Amino acid sequence: MGATGAATFDLDRAWRVDPRVSMRPEPFGALLYHFGTRRLSFLKNQTVLAVVRSLAGHPSARVACLACGVTEAELPAYARALGALADSRMITERRADDSGA
Amino acid sequence: MILAPDMAPGGGVPRPAASPGRLTDLFQLGLDAPICLTWELTYACNLSCVHCLSSSGRRDPRELTTDECKAVIDTLERMQVFYVNIGGGEPTVRPDFWELVDYATAHHVGVKFSTNGVRLDAAAAARLAASDYVDVQISLDGATREVNDAVRGPGSYDTALRAMGNLRAAGFTGFKLSVVMTRQNIPQIDAFKAIADSYGAQLRLTRLRPSGRGADVWDELHPLPPQQKELYDWLTAHGEQVLTGDSFFHLSAFGSALPGLNLCGAGRVVCLIDPVGDVYACPFAIHQNFLAGNVRSAGGFESVWKTSSLFASLRQPDTGGACRSCGFYDSCRGGCMAAKFFTGLPLDGPDPECVQGYGETALASVSASPVAAPRPSVDHSHRTAPARSRAGGAVPVTIARRRPPAHDCDESPLAGFAAGPGPAPGCR
Amino acid sequence: MPEVSSTAHEAETEALTSEELLVEEVSIDGMCGVY
Repeated sequence: MGATGAATFDLDRAWRVDPRVSMRPEPFGALLYHFGTRRLSFLKNQTVLAVVRSLAGHPSARVACLACGVTEAELPAYARALGALADSRMITERRADDSGA
Repeated sequence: MILAPDMAPGGGVPRPAASPGRLTDLFQLGLDAPICLTWELTYACNLSCVHCLSSSGRRDPRELTTDECKAVIDTLERMQVFYVNIGGGEPTVRPDFWELVDYATAHHVGVKFSTNGVRLDAAAAARLAASDYVDVQISLDGATREVNDAVRGPGSYDTALRAMGNLRAAGFTGFKLSVVMTRQNIPQIDAFKAIADSYGAQLRLTRLRPSGRGADVWDELHPLPPQQKELYDWLTAHGEQVLTGDSFFHLSAFGSALPGLNLCGAGRVVCLIDPVGDVYACPFAIHQNFLAGNVRSAGGFESVWKTSSLFASLRQPDTGGACRSCGFYDSCRGGCMAAKFFTGLPLDGPDPECVQGYGETALASVSASPVAAPRPSVDHSHRTAPARSRAGGAVPVTIARRRPPAHDCDESPLAGFAAGPGPAPGCR
Repeated sequence: MPEVSSTAHEAETEALTSEELLVEEVSIDGMCGVY
């Protein structure tokens, strides 16, 4: 769990939350539910929630992380997290013609 | 990393990103909305299963109307409850069943409905196969007609298999085949897997609890200790292929935890809405002690979830009580609240089926008490269900028109109202 | 094809407990109290 995502997740690509995902903020972070796959993910802090919410508005996941206050030292942990979300199709790569909204 | 015990529910204490902690600790304090919930649409049912957790059979005259149900769905949408398990009774006997399912999926609430299959004809199966957002769960409690029908009644095995055949023919794969594990059917566990595989279904094994009519048959039907170990080993071997609804977290003390959150979700991440709009902590705890409120009240379901005093007390951190000194408490969390309650055990002690044997010891020490174990407050059982005959080694239980007294002292005015330490279990 | 960064690869070989993961997935069926 998570390991595959970490090895293949590209921080330097543009990402966005899949439109079939419902995101629900909670005190500890957030819940994400994908209506198509019926998978459920938990974001366990507010920063990773902020990163995920802001993905569509940044040219890359790396930029989104840094913009949300993630330090260079913390980036690997966030790459693992985003990789897990990509594995479960909660987030997908943005194509060049996506508006990113 | 364990959250501080005096942290207020819902308080968002910032955590360092490096150590977010365990999910079970994060959830202990409750969420702003359930993740999923069980919604029993009606108490009416064509069957009279001996272990029915909701004591279903007869419709209640006060059941929520179609419009009231839609208002509940609107609330669930607003709260972003991701999915509901629609059950009963038999939910498909409600004339507005499909209307409500369609309304839910149109309003961003995923649906799985739990059925004995009685109304799942070819047309229903085709309708389901055409939808992405409706899942189906068929109940079956025996891999053979003999074992199944002893619990669920004559014809129920055939009804379930016919429904499954209709789903398969319609191309609907991945529906759930859900089994309540009993002393009688644990030996059939491989056969259940074969049945699920042959219909393209996913097997789901769940725990028998002494809830509803289950209280009357729990002594005879609950798994024996060696069977619990057999079940745990089998589940471990089958991993995530087989679902459990996190029913067996009390078995975690055998070794590694099974997949799932491994905690009691009642009032924290799940709850029950019953056919008359009563909100209970969970479907296994249909009793006034676990009644949080009613959706017809001023603030509706949202207000009940967020402000009921019962749920606030369930969301207090669990310090283990009598189980605190046991090395396995961290994984088994003291087991199932409903199983303890309906066997007369204190809620802050061991589960009746504690794998370390502490539950058996606890049951023995309460059996000397003259006060009966709590009885369900709500009973919609059919009044005219026939006594069940023995069938060659099958479950030796009968369905009586009226429940026999659980104990000589059951006629006492305190019967059914005792909660906490002291009450005696049912007939032993 | 996304490139694997050396940092990510090193991180992957650490044994991680679930406590340290920022994202966890649980089956929607993994919650007790739903039959």
